[in-house]
Amino acid sequence: MAAVAPGAAAQPSPSSTQVLEVANLQTYFYTRGGLVKAVDGVSFSLVRGETLAIVGESGCGKSVTALSLMRLVADPPGRIVGGSLRLGSTDLLRLDEAAMRDIRGNRIAMIFQEPMTSLNPVMTIARQISEALMLHQNLSRGAALVRSIEMLHLVGIPEPAQRAKEYPHQLSGGMRQRAMIAMAVACNPEVLIADEPTSALDVTIQAQILEVIAKLRRELGTALILITHDLGIVAETAERVIVMYAGRKVEEAAVGRLFARPLHPYTSGLIHSIPRLALMRRESGPADGRLLEIPGMVPALSNLPPGCSFAPRCAHASELCRREYPPYEEKRPGQWAACWHPVVGDSGG
Amino acid sequence: MVEPVAPLLQVEGLTKHFPVKRGVLRRTIGQVRAVDGVSFTIGAGETLGLVGESGCGKTTVGRSLLRLIEPTSGSIRIDGRDITRLSRAELRPFRRQMQIIFQDPFSSLNPRMRAGDIVGEPLKVHGVESKRERRSRVAQLFDRVGLRAAQMDAFPHQFSGGQRQRIGVARALALNPRLIVGDEPVSALDVSIQAQVINLLMDLQRELGLSYLFISHNLAVVEHISHRVAVMYLGRIVEHTDKVTLFTRPLHPYTEALLYAVPVPDPAIKRDKRVVQGDVPSPLNPPPGCHFHPRCPYAEARCKLEAPALREIEPAHFAACHLLNQ
Amino acid sequence: MAALDHAAELEKAGANVSSRFGAMLFLARSYPLGAIGAVIMVGFLATALFAGAIASFDPFTINARDSLAPPGGAHMLGADFMGRDVFARIVYGARISLAVALGATLLGSLFGVSVGLMSGFIGGWFDLLVQRLIDIMQSLPLLVMALVMAASLGPSLTNTIIAIAIPLVPSVARVIRSNTLSLREMPYVEAARAVGMSELRIAVSHVLPNTLAPLIVLATAQLGSAILVESALSFLGLGVPEPHPSWGRMLSESAAEYVRTAPWLVIFPGIAISAVVFGTNLLGDAIRDMLDPRQRC
Repeated sequence: MAAVAPGAAAQPSPSSTQVLEVANLQTYFYTRGGLVKAVDGVSFSLVRGETLAIVGESGCGKSVTALSLMRLVADPPGRIVGGSLRLGSTDLLRLDEAAMRDIRGNRIAMIFQEPMTSLNPVMTIARQISEALMLHQNLSRGAALVRSIEMLHLVGIPEPAQRAKEYPHQLSGGMRQRAMIAMAVACNPEVLIADEPTSALDVTIQAQILEVIAKLRRELGTALILITHDLGIVAETAERVIVMYAGRKVEEAAVGRLFARPLHPYTSGLIHSIPRLALMRRESGPADGRLLEIPGMVPALSNLPPGCSFAPRCAHASELCRREYPPYEEKRPGQWAACWHPVVGDSGG
Repeated sequence: MVEPVAPLLQVEGLTKHFPVKRGVLRRTIGQVRAVDGVSFTIGAGETLGLVGESGCGKTTVGRSLLRLIEPTSGSIRIDGRDITRLSRAELRPFRRQMQIIFQDPFSSLNPRMRAGDIVGEPLKVHGVESKRERRSRVAQLFDRVGLRAAQMDAFPHQFSGGQRQRIGVARALALNPRLIVGDEPVSALDVSIQAQVINLLMDLQRELGLSYLFISHNLAVVEHISHRVAVMYLGRIVEHTDKVTLFTRPLHPYTEALLYAVPVPDPAIKRDKRVVQGDVPSPLNPPPGCHFHPRCPYAEARCKLEAPALREIEPAHFAACHLLNQ
Repeated sequence: MAALDHAAELEKAGANVSSRFGAMLFLARSYPLGAIGAVIMVGFLATALFAGAIASFDPFTINARDSLAPPGGAHMLGADFMGRDVFARIVYGARISLAVALGATLLGSLFGVSVGLMSGFIGGWFDLLVQRLIDIMQSLPLLVMALVMAASLGPSLTNTIIAIAIPLVPSVARVIRSNTLSLREMPYVEAARAVGMSELRIAVSHVLPNTLAPLIVLATAQLGSAILVESALSFLGLGVPEPHPSWGRMLSESAAEYVRTAPWLVIFPGIAISAVVFGTNLLGDAIRDMLDPRQRC
């Protein structure tokens, strides 16, 4: 269970062990309000042990992307209408529901934001973890229980043998999220998707959970897709970042490069609009000036403007931006963006 | 920070205990000490940030100031006048002075009322009878918070989250209050919208001389908007000082733990991680002595027995910790 | 992945609906059973309102010559022992059923809303007392309660309405109370308190309008049971007195003596009762689904 060196993960090459490849994923919703292209042509790949963050605001399609990978998009109204999802050599979109069930929770697993609603309140923690192990790994009840307790220990739950016998409501929020993580990684999945895993938690508990996730990735070599709106979590956890806006990928780069020299005005806006603690600023001094703001609001997906979706909020938008959607291309080595007028000479560090 | 001569708001020993009731006869079986002897002042034009994790009592403090929750004991003074024991009728004139902005821009607006009526309602309650007069005042307020007057007749669901929060701000401004309690006013908003609302609140403060009690769990936002900051843990203030000192030289181990738990949105800055272990204890059954001692890396024997008082460790820098020397 | 026809999918999701009529058609297609219920209810309403124009006979005219005339002749659905036209009596009976159903539901809802709102808002010992009273009332079946009420009030249209309305109060009160309890904690209610609005005004302008949706669902369901209870009361001779044509009494008069010799006297009023109750239930279920936010997207 060797972890892949972070440097190698930043730029996937065909030779590295690629575990997931998403190509041109399109997930649409057919609603009374019209056609909603929640995910529109998203592609990315993931190598073993890598952490990829997908960032964006509500409605940008990051959660629908995650649900699409699990094939858990509610139908109706949603449907994956195009693209391919390859997990190893398996094309997930060609599998029937029964075959997909064998994959879910086994080769690809998910951690949700709210651990209370994702755990079954009338089953003990051990039972819930064992169930997945017995189903996917054909373990006996006893062996599954032993492994469940090992998993609880691995995610840092004190007195795991004791806690295993408890019900979700007997655990605190942080412990429940740990149990949820133990359940997700029990079958040693190739890909772990964490959808806002710490948004419902207090900041000190969030730090604990992020530490657990980092440790698991090191020890198990699981590839992680981290979906979040918190740039702090991205900066501290991810190796590579995808920025989504209105259902599309607008920028992708290694985390250091993205934060230092963002290309897309939206990425740049996001990075500069958040207040930073004094401890986190490179230059000292009080911060009480105005924050940089991105004007306007996220457009409704059923009624996107022609051309670039961000153009109405963008300071650099030109006639071209309002007319044509920009191509997604490699603007600098290892840094892709969809923008006609990428930001140049951003204050780099 | 310059301490104002006569503080607009003065809170002393504010305490709120919620009884825990069980059974058919609803007998009281215990008390949740949600707020346990909290004192602070807010001057005119000043922002006090109140930070802490869930269950620390910061929301109860905000609600108690407006008497939306009746405090168990302690006093709340506005311009020196104690409003803690005033009757509803006596309280009404003071309602004009203090208003509140809520966290959730969806549940804070009545879905069956038009935006203009929501903002105009405080005016109606406080005797602005003429509909024309109300509408023109509401139109001004809409303009002030960055909404178009033409949107007055729309219903809340027709607005985005950020716009709805602006409606909430306009409603709070309607009576020309001097103090606004912001209960996590930007926490439910998207990152790009948060900055808009923070800027709006700061602009309003500059122009109208407003005071804020800004309640939040987001330390970076609190640092940005506040002049002074108080940190709460399980019903008590554990540290209280001006923001520059608090965020650069925190004294209390809990403040330090909080600051180091916030992820840094800059991969170029590498900090040594100091993750504090353990869970936030339940306010129903807080640990004895210093509430933080089970999680505190520096805890000593007396921390388990004796609750530390909030002391002035350095000039105008208060902290409640046995290990700090004056 | 096979290419999908976006237009067809959107059509199915109702995206192309523009007019009010189009919206109704879309609703009818999404909730076919509800549409059937709505058609039945509209038919029932029209029958009650335009009874005079629909029935060619007078429901009260006694005609010994036509006594127990079978269906098919001059009397479409036959005639009863006194030679009164069954069709006309069913058509006019719709008026009684409608009056009782609407009257009892409105009256019951009015009381129920007041009790529930006060109980939820005042709380404390008042709430405790009201809740225990409601528990007692709910432990008796609707019909038994109505029977006791009707027997003590005596038979008349108004008394029937009251007798049916009172047992409806507890369920309405309960729904409104639980709604009030959650609504009074809503931030917009706190905001109203923060500006100094009186509790009564908060209850009326902020809480009440937001309890309407569950109330409508409940009221539709109660419409059906009110009709059923009225029929049962009349069947037992405790409902609307002679000579008003009540479906329940039409059944009771004929059931014992004529069920073999003149079955049309039993069958047609029975069908009328079943159809209307069926209609209200279908409509009620559809409205409940429509108002359930989890069903919408």
